[in-house]
Amino acid sequence: MIKINLIEYFESTVDQFPNKLAVVDGTSQLTFKELTQRAKLIATHIAKKSDAINSPVAIYLPKTNDAIASFLGTMYSGNCYTPLDTKNPAPRIEAILKALKPSCIITNNKFLANLQKCDLDVDIINLDELDGNEKVNESYNYKKCVDTDPAYILHTSGSTGVPKGVVISHLSIIDYINWVADTFDITENEKIGNQTPFIFDMSTLDIYLMIFRGATLYIIPEHKFIFPATLLDYINEHEINFIFWVPAVLVNIANLKLLDTNKIPTVKKVLFGGEVMPPKHLSYWIKSLERKIVYGNMYGPTEITGTCVYHIVDDSFNEDESLPIGIPCRNTDILVLNDKEELCKVGEQGELCVRGSSLALGYWNNFEKTNTVFVQNPLNKSVPERIYRTGDIVFLNEKGEYIYIGRKDFQIKLSGYRIDLGEIEHYILSVFDTINAGVFFDKAKEEIVLVYESETEIPVKDFRIKLMEVLSKHMIPTRYIKMDVLPKSTTGKIDRALLNKQINNI
Amino acid sequence: MKEKIITFLTEIRPEFDFSESSNFIEEGMLDSFDIVSLVASLDEEFEISIDGTEILPENFSSVEGIIQLLNKNGVTE
Repeated sequence: MIKINLIEYFESTVDQFPNKLAVVDGTSQLTFKELTQRAKLIATHIAKKSDAINSPVAIYLPKTNDAIASFLGTMYSGNCYTPLDTKNPAPRIEAILKALKPSCIITNNKFLANLQKCDLDVDIINLDELDGNEKVNESYNYKKCVDTDPAYILHTSGSTGVPKGVVISHLSIIDYINWVADTFDITENEKIGNQTPFIFDMSTLDIYLMIFRGATLYIIPEHKFIFPATLLDYINEHEINFIFWVPAVLVNIANLKLLDTNKIPTVKKVLFGGEVMPPKHLSYWIKSLERKIVYGNMYGPTEITGTCVYHIVDDSFNEDESLPIGIPCRNTDILVLNDKEELCKVGEQGELCVRGSSLALGYWNNFEKTNTVFVQNPLNKSVPERIYRTGDIVFLNEKGEYIYIGRKDFQIKLSGYRIDLGEIEHYILSVFDTINAGVFFDKAKEEIVLVYESETEIPVKDFRIKLMEVLSKHMIPTRYIKMDVLPKSTTGKIDRALLNKQINNI
Repeated sequence: MKEKIITFLTEIRPEFDFSESSNFIEEGMLDSFDIVSLVASLDEEFEISIDGTEILPENFSSVEGIIQLLNKNGVTE
């Protein structure tokens, strides 16, 4: 029978490879059998709190085996999981949880105190208090679910200060992972070196290749990425052969020319996504590693699960040309629409829109935002059909490949983090309620810039200390420009176009 | 040299007091972006080129560690 739930895929893998390693983090490792036991124990405790299905369970844990077990436990209980960033300041966690209204939160001793700082009234499951010998309840609610029910909710930066919860169904993940596994020939022999945080959609690929094909997921400790030489040692020590990382990490290794001295012979597949991969740095990887390695450029926003357009690097690669985002994945259709809602011709720029099973169900508790980007396909006049409007501007070249140009709005990408400049601005103006300010992005320096109107200079330290309390570190501006008077348009609003030009020297 | 190093560190993360800590990494005072910026600043200021294989926790956990790294790269003052 065709599998309709991610737990069915997991159980089939557990049956096939019970004693094979499933997950390895910085301190422990679990076989598939051990992972399923842990997940079932967590599911039993979720069910004790509530018998509901399809309600969100927040997972407030760092990237660990326990986080994976909590994701699976949530799905066993027939609910959907939401990973939260343990590095986020309390106000952002509070904003997310207030919009999410989870049925419970899973955490451990170490992170409990952070949650207690938030003003919340939610049940908490503390994993450190669970008894491993407890008898689990084997009647799992996931059997009541259908394949269009939500599996997880991931939060992305929102322009009004409240992050948007993107709701992804079981069907979308099944559609995506089967495509990835077939396209990149993934088996139980894959040793996946995970880099991206579980709050990123890129981690979906890493996690579910383990669940679908019995690959082993190595959750690489975060400090290895601070010191790339130690990262390469880790790869060799664990014989990692598959990676799907943000370009920033690959670029850092290339800039340091580390592959000249530190070879990584086990690596066979190198995928990247989340931001633009500079071809010069990719060229360094291609020249430094063996010839047979597969390089895949993976493009796609959280709202379409993972990847909708991809490009496998071939002999036509030229380090002086930007890398195409490529061709659509199987069971995905791309429409590039111009301002008149018509299909663009070859070479004509337009907004990339997506059609297929990969589309998210929408934004959690936010019908208004959902309806502005998940819209009726303007080319279909006969029956309701949703497309997702990405806000990304692309064009199709003569070879039938899509080429990425930029954004329609104020969203940027930094090291894979999707950031809406509006969200940063919202928090800055709420903390510094007496100043007028705008947030910009210096593309050349990849730097978030705050421009503020003030008679006196405000020390950078004062800005940063206050902003640390409300914003994630990657969202805090790194350059501060004081102006006596900000340029304004005739309506009295900040002249963003002018300031943006000045900052980017256009 | 010590003052210069503390100035660079403070420019990158003004919210921390780097003269008071000797374990920048474990205390979460520097992440991968910060190390990239710091190495770029040190390379430029002291006209050296810190090798990727030298970017290790022991060389960046304290001001003393950074001084030793600079010494190894021929910086004496």
